[in-house]
Amino acid sequence: MEYGLDLEYSFNEFLKGFGLSSEIAHIIWLPLPMLLVLVAAVVGVLVTVWLERKISAAAQQRIGPEYAGALGVLQPIADGLKLLVKEDIIPAKADGILFTAGPILVLVPVILSWLIVPFGQNLLISNVGIGIFLWIALSSIQPIGLLMSGYASNNKYSLLGGLRAAAQSISYEIPLALSVLAIVLMTNSLSTIDIVNQQSGAGILSWNIWRQPVGFIVFWICALAECERLPFDLPEAEEELVAGYQTEYAGMKFALFYLGSYINLILSALLVSILYLGGWGFPVPVELIAKFLNLPINAPFLQVFTASIGIVMTVLKAYLLVFIAILLRWTTPRVRIDQLLDLGWKFLLPISLANLLITAGLKLAFPQFFGG
Amino acid sequence: MSIAITTQIICFIILSLVILIGALGVVLLESIVYSAFLLGGVFMSVAGLYLLLNASFVAAAQVLVYVGAVNVLIIFAIMLVNKKEDLKPISDIKSRRIISTSICLTLLSLLIRVDLTNVWPLSSPQNSIGEESTIRIGEHLFSDYLLPFEVASVLLLMAMIGAIVLARRDVMSKDISTGLPVDQELIEKSSEPLLTNKN
Repeated sequence: MEYGLDLEYSFNEFLKGFGLSSEIAHIIWLPLPMLLVLVAAVVGVLVTVWLERKISAAAQQRIGPEYAGALGVLQPIADGLKLLVKEDIIPAKADGILFTAGPILVLVPVILSWLIVPFGQNLLISNVGIGIFLWIALSSIQPIGLLMSGYASNNKYSLLGGLRAAAQSISYEIPLALSVLAIVLMTNSLSTIDIVNQQSGAGILSWNIWRQPVGFIVFWICALAECERLPFDLPEAEEELVAGYQTEYAGMKFALFYLGSYINLILSALLVSILYLGGWGFPVPVELIAKFLNLPINAPFLQVFTASIGIVMTVLKAYLLVFIAILLRWTTPRVRIDQLLDLGWKFLLPISLANLLITAGLKLAFPQFFGG
Repeated sequence: MSIAITTQIICFIILSLVILIGALGVVLLESIVYSAFLLGGVFMSVAGLYLLLNASFVAAAQVLVYVGAVNVLIIFAIMLVNKKEDLKPISDIKSRRIISTSICLTLLSLLIRVDLTNVWPLSSPQNSIGEESTIRIGEHLFSDYLLPFEVASVLLLMAMIGAIVLARRDVMSKDISTGLPVDQELIEKSSEPLLTNKN
């Protein structure tokens, strides 16, 4: 399966043409994909914020942002600039160090998790062997940042919001990890590349959503809860807690929380599409189309075409899920904290455990369908 | 010296300094909240050391278990305890500190001796298993380490039952800390929703 574009190799060869050693070329290469993914994440956030404003407006029969650019596309940039130039306030009785470190601890693990998001066979920052497990481990750091900012604000609403956020995050992490485990069981690998390749056999028919429907629903509910999206936005719950752990934050520190939650939403949508919807795969396998049109599979133009289709498919699937998440936010009421914990511990946890057990059984019974 | 080795050495020095200073801070700082957060930093740096040793699975497991579960629970417990109580000054604090310091130093010297006398099998980059370690760990857990693995799960089950018994105070007739009889009516009241009869 070693076909597809290898940009790193060609870039290094290009630099070696100027007489640079391979080590220097590698060092020049290293920051490029990281920068690209960071820019992609921020642009993704801008698009999502615009979608959120427009879709919420449509759901409430308003027009939404209209004057900043065509259809208000420049509104998110205006929002971002406003946050950038706002005064950075640390409350007098807050704990300065923890108050500053909190938002950073919330944002950094989310951005680090983009390390494993593949947009094509070779289009990811690093194909680490532990792949999806890295994301699960990194997302468990977030509650510490939330608790830290809740505590450091020296405000009862903030502390309550922080505690709620951490409790929610811990209880939904378990069913999330268990449903990922069922996928890993079918793939025999933790790597995201292998997970997508395992689903690429017969186009849309071989996507994991048909083999793991329960896992898909459990994962999606847990991902929404981890992102603190409605119906699970209890930590922020404006009507009860002012704004939860974000109450005392202003300016760029608030922007970090805001950015973090939206990047996390896009990341979750991307991971759902990678784990269950075939990642960069086209509904009909591209190889089949090439064979049908009598095109050689290794031709350069076809490879560029395949890579661009891969990126478009990944982003399209992710934004379809983001759309569903936004629609859910503006149409469903918030659950209570006891309902939230009941759902997590008494419903999702047993269901995902049963799903894991059944997947293991099916894998033994039908190894050709459920991975051997 | 190649760039990769230099980077490794710099990372090792930074991580070790963070571990040492952080661990000292956990013990010596007055504020218990700072200690708890620093402990998280120390756990993270240990995970970084595992990464330097090519054990990425162990590093991720360290983050998941120690930072994501143990440290979060410690911080949770600290924040839920809401007793405004001035701690009594301990009378013989000096002698206690001397004793605990000497015990720690003895342990440290023991560890240093083990480190110096033992012959460590050094693995070169050629024969390190790297990414394959996940599979190896799984094989070991289900073959020669099966019994400790299963016994650990029994231990966790016991801890869980204990926690449930402590949390559900209605199964006990006496309060643990004060020894007073438990007011069953109060427990009944707290488990009822507040807004049911306010139409």
